Amino acid sequence: MTPTRKRRLILVSLVLAAVAAAAGLTALALQQNMTYLYSPTEIEAGHAPESARFRLGGVVLENSLRRASDSLKVDFVVTDRFREMPVEYTGILPDLFREGQSIVATGTVQNGRFVATEVLAKHDETYMPKEVKDAIDKAKSTHADAR
Amino acid sequence: MNALTLWFHKTGSPPTFYRIAGVLVPWCYGIGLVLGLVGLYGGLVAAPRDYQQGDAYRIIFVHVPCAWMGLFAYFFMAANAFVALVWRIKLSEILAMASAPIGAAFTFITLVTGSLWGKPMWGTWWTWDARLTSELVLLFLYLGVMGLYAAIEDRRQAARAAGFLALIGIVNLPIVHFSVNWWNTLHQGSTVRLIGPSKIDPAMIWPLLTMALATHVWFFGSVLARTRTGLLELDAGKDWVRRIALAEGARRD
Amino acid sequence: MTDFLAMGGYGAYVWTSIAVFLVVLALEALAPGVQRRRVLAEIRGRVQRRATRAPRNDETP
Repeated sequence: MTPTRKRRLILVSLVLAAVAAAAGLTALALQQNMTYLYSPTEIEAGHAPESARFRLGGVVLENSLRRASDSLKVDFVVTDRFREMPVEYTGILPDLFREGQSIVATGTVQNGRFVATEVLAKHDETYMPKEVKDAIDKAKSTHADAR
Repeated sequence: MNALTLWFHKTGSPPTFYRIAGVLVPWCYGIGLVLGLVGLYGGLVAAPRDYQQGDAYRIIFVHVPCAWMGLFAYFFMAANAFVALVWRIKLSEILAMASAPIGAAFTFITLVTGSLWGKPMWGTWWTWDARLTSELVLLFLYLGVMGLYAAIEDRRQAARAAGFLALIGIVNLPIVHFSVNWWNTLHQGSTVRLIGPSKIDPAMIWPLLTMALATHVWFFGSVLARTRTGLLELDAGKDWVRRIALAEGARRD
Repeated sequence: MTDFLAMGGYGAYVWTSIAVFLVVLALEALAPGVQRRRVLAEIRGRVQRRATRAPRNDETP
């Protein structure tokens, strides 16, 4: 390699390393501050902003969903399986919304209840046909019965 | 000069590369098209419904391969830009600049199809979570590279400046890929994994991998086609280009 | 067939996605051909301009 090329190689590599370090540190700093959502446990610990809007994330607790008969108002409980947070929302829910589903709700805490202005459903990265899912569930329940 | 460097120099010379690429382009497009049709048939017809999302999950068969290509094209562009910056090889400059619009196209498809998938499943077209935001930054990086390349008059200086931007932007690649692990996002984690078992049924994964293969082959066809045009532009004053221009003109008259 | 097009009620989303994919990639693949013709036409023009200028230069040395 000629000296010029070697110098260019070192120069370009150094710039690249500097930019990578800067980006890495920024990402690390953001990891502390950039919170997309808070869990009910974090809210109870006082990490969530008290009077501002934020996102609440968790699972819709089984048998907690109550739909109003005369409006689009729904009440349900979001849990992270440690703490729970009652939520109320008026509007159309996404198709994937159901009990036991992960959701992300945006809103504010008012008198200990989370009043949501938007409810989004989160799904996991697993894809399978219904038959396979049923077979897995069946195997799980028979396994649980056997114990 | 040993045999390998000799071969490298020969293949890397514009007229030879132009000729070889001309043979490869139709094959790449042809194979890509056939694989793509097989993949789409597999994804839209043969693959079973998802237990949770029903038929809406079928968007995965275009969304995920395009997302992979957006990252792959960027890596290809940055690697060529690196070679171009250090060794000043003309062909690498052209290859790097040829991949930018293709990567931008794939990233654009990823964002649009992701939006079309997010509306019915999540309940929103867009949210500012780490995955979606970093993917948008990826598109802007591509547009920045293309804009810078177009803005500078001298083709070689333009390639060098745009290549530098491409190289710096490579830090965004790990951010896009790992955003779903590093931060809490609405977007779910990776389904297909190189290490460990994938989280998708075998009946659904083969169309996905077929589509991934199809888009890769298509990408190389497109890179070669664009590189050929780029070489003509760069060597516009040279004899071999003049011969091609006149021959094509005679064929048309 | 109607079932296939309906996609369980998500037809609009699924088919729009497929259409965007196909259209964008088709346009992307057509672009280099168009640019190639433009570049070659430009080169031919330059060659012809030089060819017409050359005899005149011979007349007035």
